[in-house]
Amino acid sequence: MSTSPSASSEGAQEEYVKVITGLGDQTFTDHSCEVVSDAGEGAQKCGQGFGSLSAKMGNGAWTVEIIPAEIEPPPRTPGSTSGVGIRIGQNKVTNAGDSVKLVIAFNEQVLLSRHRVNSLADDCIILIDSKWSVHKNPKVVAEWDAAMEEMSTKGYQWIMVPLEDETLKIVENPKRGKNMFALGVLCHIYDRDVEIAKDQIAMAFRKKPQAVTDANHQLLEAGIAWAAENLDFRFLVPATPPTSELVVMNGNEAFGMGALAAGIDVCAMYPITPASSLSHYLAEVYDNFGGVVHQAEDEIGAIGVALGASYAGKTAMTITSGPGLALKAEFIGLALMAEIPLVVINVQRGGPSTGLPTKVEQSDLLCVLYGQPGDGPKVVIAPSTIEECFHIMTTARQIAETLRTTVFILSDANLATGVTPFERPKLEASWMAGPPDQTPVDPDSRPYEWDLDTGLSKRFIPGQRGGEHTVTGLNHDENSTVNYEPQKNELAHAMRSRKIAVFGETLNAPIPHGGDEGDILIIGWGSTRGSIEEAVDRARAKGLKASSLHLTFLSPLQPGISAVCERFKKILAVEINYSDDPDAPHITKDNRRRGQLAMLLRGQLLIDCGSWGKVPGAPLQPELLLKVIESNIPKA
Amino acid sequence: MDTSLLDISGAPDERVFKANDYKGPAARWCPGCGDFSILATTRRFLESEQLVPEKTLFVSGIGCSARFPHYLKTYGFHGIHGRALPLALGAKMRRPDLNVFVVMGDGDCTSIGAGHWIHGVRYNTNLTVLLLDNNIYGLTKKQTSPTTPVKYVTNTQPQGSYLNPLHPIAVTLGVANASFVAQTADWIPAHLLATMKAAQKHKGLSFIRILQRCPKWTVDIMDAKVKTPDEMMILNHENGITDAKVQKMYKNQMEHDPSDLDAARALTDMTSHIPLGLFYKNEDIPTYDELRRGKDFTTEEKMANIEIEFDRFAV
Ligand SMILES: Cc1ncc(C[n+]2csc(CCOP(=O)(O)OP(=O)(O)O)c2C)c(N)n1
Ligand code: SF4
Ligand SMILES: [Mg+2]
Repeated sequence: MSTSPSASSEGAQEEYVKVITGLGDQTFTDHSCEVVSDAGEGAQKCGQGFGSLSAKMGNGAWTVEIIPAEIEPPPRTPGSTSGVGIRIGQNKVTNAGDSVKLVIAFNEQVLLSRHRVNSLADDCIILIDSKWSVHKNPKVVAEWDAAMEEMSTKGYQWIMVPLEDETLKIVENPKRGKNMFALGVLCHIYDRDVEIAKDQIAMAFRKKPQAVTDANHQLLEAGIAWAAENLDFRFLVPATPPTSELVVMNGNEAFGMGALAAGIDVCAMYPITPASSLSHYLAEVYDNFGGVVHQAEDEIGAIGVALGASYAGKTAMTITSGPGLALKAEFIGLALMAEIPLVVINVQRGGPSTGLPTKVEQSDLLCVLYGQPGDGPKVVIAPSTIEECFHIMTTARQIAETLRTTVFILSDANLATGVTPFERPKLEASWMAGPPDQTPVDPDSRPYEWDLDTGLSKRFIPGQRGGEHTVTGLNHDENSTVNYEPQKNELAHAMRSRKIAVFGETLNAPIPHGGDEGDILIIGWGSTRGSIEEAVDRARAKGLKASSLHLTFLSPLQPGISAVCERFKKILAVEINYSDDPDAPHITKDNRRRGQLAMLLRGQLLIDCGSWGKVPGAPLQPELLLKVIESNIPKA
Repeated sequence: MDTSLLDISGAPDERVFKANDYKGPAARWCPGCGDFSILATTRRFLESEQLVPEKTLFVSGIGCSARFPHYLKTYGFHGIHGRALPLALGAKMRRPDLNVFVVMGDGDCTSIGAGHWIHGVRYNTNLTVLLLDNNIYGLTKKQTSPTTPVKYVTNTQPQGSYLNPLHPIAVTLGVANASFVAQTADWIPAHLLATMKAAQKHKGLSFIRILQRCPKWTVDIMDAKVKTPDEMMILNHENGITDAKVQKMYKNQMEHDPSDLDAARALTDMTSHIPLGLFYKNEDIPTYDELRRGKDFTTEEKMANIEIEFDRFAV
C-alpha cells in the first residue's frame, strides 16, 4: 500500500507485494471496477467474463467496453488501452455508474489513460503489474516514473501484482494468460463462485484443445491463490438469486435476437462501428432461420436491398451508424414517399463525420428526424436498456408494416457494447412476420387507397393479382400515378403525416420517475435513462424535488408531455450531444445552440426547456448528473 | 424464403397474355424517342414468354428511361437515380418467383450508379438489365454522360466533352462474374427481341446495352448509326443471338463464340464497326440469389432455434 510508487527506490517490487490495506471484508450494494490492458492482452475477455459470472450468481451487472481506436496500437501507450468496466450490484444495474473503485491494470500506460479520462475514483484501489517499475529497459522505468508522477495528484491506493511473472509460470506467452490470472484475482476480491467461472472458461474455449482450457483453469486458480495469500480485503456484493430465467448479452446481440423473434429475415448492411457486431451476430446464426445478412457495396446499396426486399413483401432492416446514415438519406425519402415499410437501426457514435467511432453520443436525433430532404414524417424510437433492444424489434416491424412507414431505432455505443442480464423473453408466434400477402387484390381498391381520416392504406405486394402498379418517388395519386397537381401534393403530404399523428394517439403518456411535480424535471432519451433515474433517486434522497421523464418515442412524441412539464418549475433536457455552454464567449440566449432533444421539445411543445448537452464520449455518470440537478434546481 | 411463393409461380395459369395486356398508360417520351421502340418490343417479349403480369417486376432509377415501368401493366418500382440494382437485388433475392427486370439510363447506370453496376454484375443475380444508352443525360437536358463521345457539345461541356467515353460493355466484361453481356439497338426491334429472349433463358445477370435514339439531344450521334446499317456488325454463333430477319437485313456479320472472353473483350475495341449481339455468356457462374437463398423454416422451427440462442446466452 502506498501513494504513487516510484521505481527509483531499490527493491521496489518486494516493497509492495505483501499488502496491508487494513480494509478487511466490506459489503456494498454495488461496486465498480475496471480491467485494462494493451490491445490484444485479453482484458476484455476477463472483464466480460467477470460480468457474466456475476450475473449468473444473481448480481445485477453492467459492463462497458473500453476500446482502442486502432486494431493493434503500439503497446504500452495510453492509446492502446483495451478493457472493460464492470459494475455489479445487489439489485438490477441500469447503467455503468460512477468512477470505479478498483482497477487491474496490465501496465501503467493503459492505467494512465483511465486516469486522464477521470474514470478512476479518487481513492481507487489500483492493482498493477509490478514488472514495469523494475524493468531492464531504463526507458520503461522512466515512463513508469513519469506516469506515477502524473497520477500522484490523486489518492489512489497502490498494490503491486506479479501479473506477468506468475503467468509465465503456467504459460509461455503471457499475452495469452495474464487476463485469466487477473480474473482469478477479481474472483477472490469479489468472492465469486469459482465453479461458474471454470464452466465459463470451458465454454469459451470449447472449440480449442482441452489443454487450453486446463491452462486457463490453472491461471484462474493461480490468480485466486495469489490474491488469497497477498490481499487482506474483499468487496462483497450480495447476490439475490434470480427468481426468473435470465439471459445476458449486449445491445447489438439483443437487436439481432429481437430481429429473429420479429421474423425479420434480411439484414442489409455495410460494415461500420459500432453497428457491425450486430451483423456479425446475425451472420453467425441466420442460416438457422433462413435469413440473410447482405453485406452491400456501400450503405446506399444496403438500404436499397432492404427496401427492395421489403417492397417485395419480406421483412428487412438496414443497420448503420453516423456516416452510413448520411448516405442513406435519399433512400429514406423514397421509402417514405412510396410508403414501403422499413426498419433502420442507427447505432449512434460520436460525430460529425468520422467523429468518435467507438464512443457514445446521441447526436443523430435531428438528422434522423429531418435528415432526408423534403418533409419526411416517420417513427423514431430509442431503446433505453438492452432488454428493450430485444423487444423493440417486434414493435418496430409491426409499426413499419401497419403504417407503411420507416421506423428508425436509435441506439448508441453504450447499449451496443454494454452487457447486462435481463429476463429471458417468452417468445410468441405472433411476433413473427407472416409470409407476404399473395391473395388477389380487391378490384375496387387502389395502391394508395388512403383513409382520409387516418392516412392509412393497404399496400399491394408483387405477386398479388390485379395489384399491378408502379411505385414511384415522384408525387403520386391514389393509383400511384405521377401527379403534379397542388391538391394531390397537399393530400399525399397530409396522408403521410396524418398516419403518424394517428399512431401517436395510441401511445401512453410517459410517467415521470420520482414524483409527479416538483422543482426540476430532467427529460432524457435513449441509453441515458438508467443514469438519469439513479441521479434523480440520489437527489430525492437528499431532499431535492427532482424527477425525470424518459421519452421512448421521439416521433411521434408521446401525448401528455406538456402536462407533466407544467407541474415542474424547471425543465432540463439532458443528453449526450453538443450544446453551447451558456457562459461561453459570444453565446447569448438567442444564438445559443442547444441540445437536440431540447430543440425538439422547444419547437414542438413550445415549452421553455433548458438544455444540458455534453460530448464526453462516455456514458453520463449518475454522480455528475446529481451535480447537474443540484446546480440547476431553481433557488427558492 | 417461402417455398409457397415458388408453388404459386409454378401453378398452371389458364390466362393467355397478349402484348396489349401489358400495356400501361400512354408513354410520354419525345416523339421519335427510341424508348418507345424498346417499350413496344418489351411488350412483345412479355407476350412471347407469357410472363405473368403480377409476377413481373420492372425496377428503374431516374431519367427519361426510368419512366419505363409506369408504361407497363406489371409491377414496377421507379426508384432513385442510380440505385435500381440494389432494389432489384433485394426483391429478387427474397422473391425468386418474380421475373425482375432493371431499366437504367447511361447516367443512371454508368455514372451515379457505377458502384452498384460493378457489384451488381459481380453478384450475378438472376436479373435482366436493360441499359438504355442515349449517350447523354436526357431528362436533365443534355449534360455530358460517361458514354458521351469526346468533344461532343453538351450544356455542361459546351466546349466539347473532355473525356473519352467509357464503354459499358468493356467495363462489364472486366468485372468478375459477368455472365451474359450483349449489345443491341432500339431501332432493330427483331434483334432486341431476340436478345431479351436469350437473356430470359440465361441464369444469372443479363446485361444488355441498348443503343438508344434521343432525337431531342443526340440525334446526330444515333441517326448516323441508324442511317448507315453497314456500320453494324452482327455477331453470329450457334450459342449466340441469331435472328433470321436480322441476318437478312445486315450486310456485315461475323462469327463470335460467346464463350471466348478474350475475343469478347477485343470486340469492344473495334472502331470500324459496332458489334451487335452476344459478346459473352457463361452459364456456370453461381447466382447470388441462389447462393443466399437459404433453407425454409416454419415459425415453430424458428422459435425453437431462438430458444437455442437464448440457452447460449442464458445466465
Ligand atoms: C441524386 C440525383 N442526382 C441528380 C438527379 C437529376 N437527374 C435526373 S435524371 C439524370 C440523368 C439522366 O440521364 P440518364 O441516366 O442517362 O437517363 P436518360 O434521361 O438519358 O434516359 C439526372 C442527373 C437526380 N434525380 N438524383
Ligand atoms: S429527351 Fe431524349 S431520351 Fe428523353 S424522352 Fe426525349 S428523346 Fe427520349
Ligand atoms: Mg441517357
